[in-house]
Amino acid sequence: MCGIAGVINRKKTVNVGEQMRLMLQGIKHRGPDSTGYAMYGKPKKDGFILRFKVSENAAEKVNVKPEDPELLKDRKKQIDTIMKQHGAKITKQSSSTPYAFRYEFSYKSENLEELAKAIETVEKAEILSIGKGLELIKDLGDATTVADQYGLNKFMGTHGIGHTRMATESDVDIKSAHPYWAFPYQDVAVVHNGQLTNYWGNRRVLERSGYRFNSNCDSEIIAVYIADKMAKGINLEQAMHDSLDELDGVFTYIVSTKDQLGMAKDYMAAKPMVIYESKDVVACASEEVAIRNIFPHEIKTYDPYEAEVKVWQV
Amino acid sequence: MAGIAKKQNTAFSDENLSGRTQQLYFNPTEEENYTYYGNVEVDFNKRTSIDCTDLEARTLNQKIRDVMKKGYGTVVIKNPGAKHSLGVGILNKLNVIFEGSLGYFGVGCIDGPTVRIKGRVGWSCAENMMAGKVLVENNAGSCFGAALRGGDLIVKGNAGARTGIDMKGGTILIGGNAGAFTGFMMQRGRIIVCGDVSANMGDSMYDGMIFVGGEVKSLGSDCVEGEMNEYEIRWLEQKLNNAEINSKTPVSKFKKYVSGKKLWNYDNLEPSERKGILG
Repeated sequence: MCGIAGVINRKKTVNVGEQMRLMLQGIKHRGPDSTGYAMYGKPKKDGFILRFKVSENAAEKVNVKPEDPELLKDRKKQIDTIMKQHGAKITKQSSSTPYAFRYEFSYKSENLEELAKAIETVEKAEILSIGKGLELIKDLGDATTVADQYGLNKFMGTHGIGHTRMATESDVDIKSAHPYWAFPYQDVAVVHNGQLTNYWGNRRVLERSGYRFNSNCDSEIIAVYIADKMAKGINLEQAMHDSLDELDGVFTYIVSTKDQLGMAKDYMAAKPMVIYESKDVVACASEEVAIRNIFPHEIKTYDPYEAEVKVWQV
Repeated sequence: MAGIAKKQNTAFSDENLSGRTQQLYFNPTEEENYTYYGNVEVDFNKRTSIDCTDLEARTLNQKIRDVMKKGYGTVVIKNPGAKHSLGVGILNKLNVIFEGSLGYFGVGCIDGPTVRIKGRVGWSCAENMMAGKVLVENNAGSCFGAALRGGDLIVKGNAGARTGIDMKGGTILIGGNAGAFTGFMMQRGRIIVCGDVSANMGDSMYDGMIFVGGEVKSLGSDCVEGEMNEYEIRWLEQKLNNAEINSKTPVSKFKKYVSGKKLWNYDNLEPSERKGILG
């Protein structure tokens, strides 16, 4: 029982960070373990934004041992060197925690696979996202805790998705938290609520064709699956339609790209989703209370039916 | 009456016996032994309103009970804000008007009130309702009227998946479409859908009837079309009229679906086993 939410503002840049925080705080009761945001700022004309982490959050009550801060610094240095070797020029860097970093960098090509794979050769390094607009932030705690920690309360952008997690299938840590970035495709992220029953079968197939998996969380497969389809030249909507037949289980998920937001629901309609559509904004969430946190007045909402796929443009 | 002793063993008694006995334990000091639980006198002309903006579900539900005890018969709830579990457990005649949408488990486990919801409801609205009337002016989420036992449950818009799952009585009326697995494992009662129904309608239904005005995507296991008679047409017409629903399809074109009873295997059971199932 996780909570998912997404919002897309049409042709308008607003404080999407605050919108997402309010929505996710409203469905905190669906999953208190961790919260994740994938939000889209104004796309950069040249260069990319990289978000990565080099260790886990060793918070209380979590089965993660804290690591030596020097070790984390060393890993960061290794990543800097690797990026330099691959011709990526870091133009800006910042960090809110000792283990998670945000870089802005310019790179010679649009294909990021080689660079991304090289960065992840560093021990415990995991790329959360690379994109022109996408910034993916996930950590332990509720929506407000994470938003305050990473300063998301003034994140200007057009759209975003988010997730509050109740860990059922894998550990409580950042690597198993949602959203998932569709490695190595820029600006694609996924959040998911449900269980996938043919996870291992699909994972083996995708692993054999060269995809990487960082966690044992079944939701990661959706991101990789979408990435695989997009690599084959299939568009987002078609890929989502295909997933209804090829992924087995009960699920509702939201995918976002640089200018799209899409949702898909399984054949059993077992996992909830409420949608509010207006001329300026589309919001969807597991529960209506989340949407009502950004629209306090009465609004007209509806539930999508089974096997429904919807895609909205910015 | 000489010679015949009066029977004593089925009487009220304040003696707390252990084990099996016909004797009824009765505490003469307990107030609830002399009243019907949850039942109070209310005057429908007395009207009050509660603003739900800053209230939690528990506080609001307590407030409804409090105003009911004061004799208010009509309660208007403002700004429900799609919160969960609002208006549950009302066991009395009462007019309740929600001026907005409800979240999950809205007006569940109620017995008697007339509820009007000027908005949408989330999952499992009016779950296990025993009696009364609930009217939703907008759409409804999944598991609408789950385990319904009586009363009328009306939605003017669309209802989600598993509408009337495990229902054991009462009537569900839907002005729009209904989702997949409508009438899943229903045991008694009636569902009326004016629009279309998604896949697997009436899957594993034991008994009861589903009336559909539009198209059915597919029938579930052991659900078959039944024959409508004129009483049912008359009943449908009246029922839809009372529910303020104007069906696009004329009532005479509605189709009726019932259980094929192929999955029934009660006959294979011993009489003692059979007792527990349908009782």
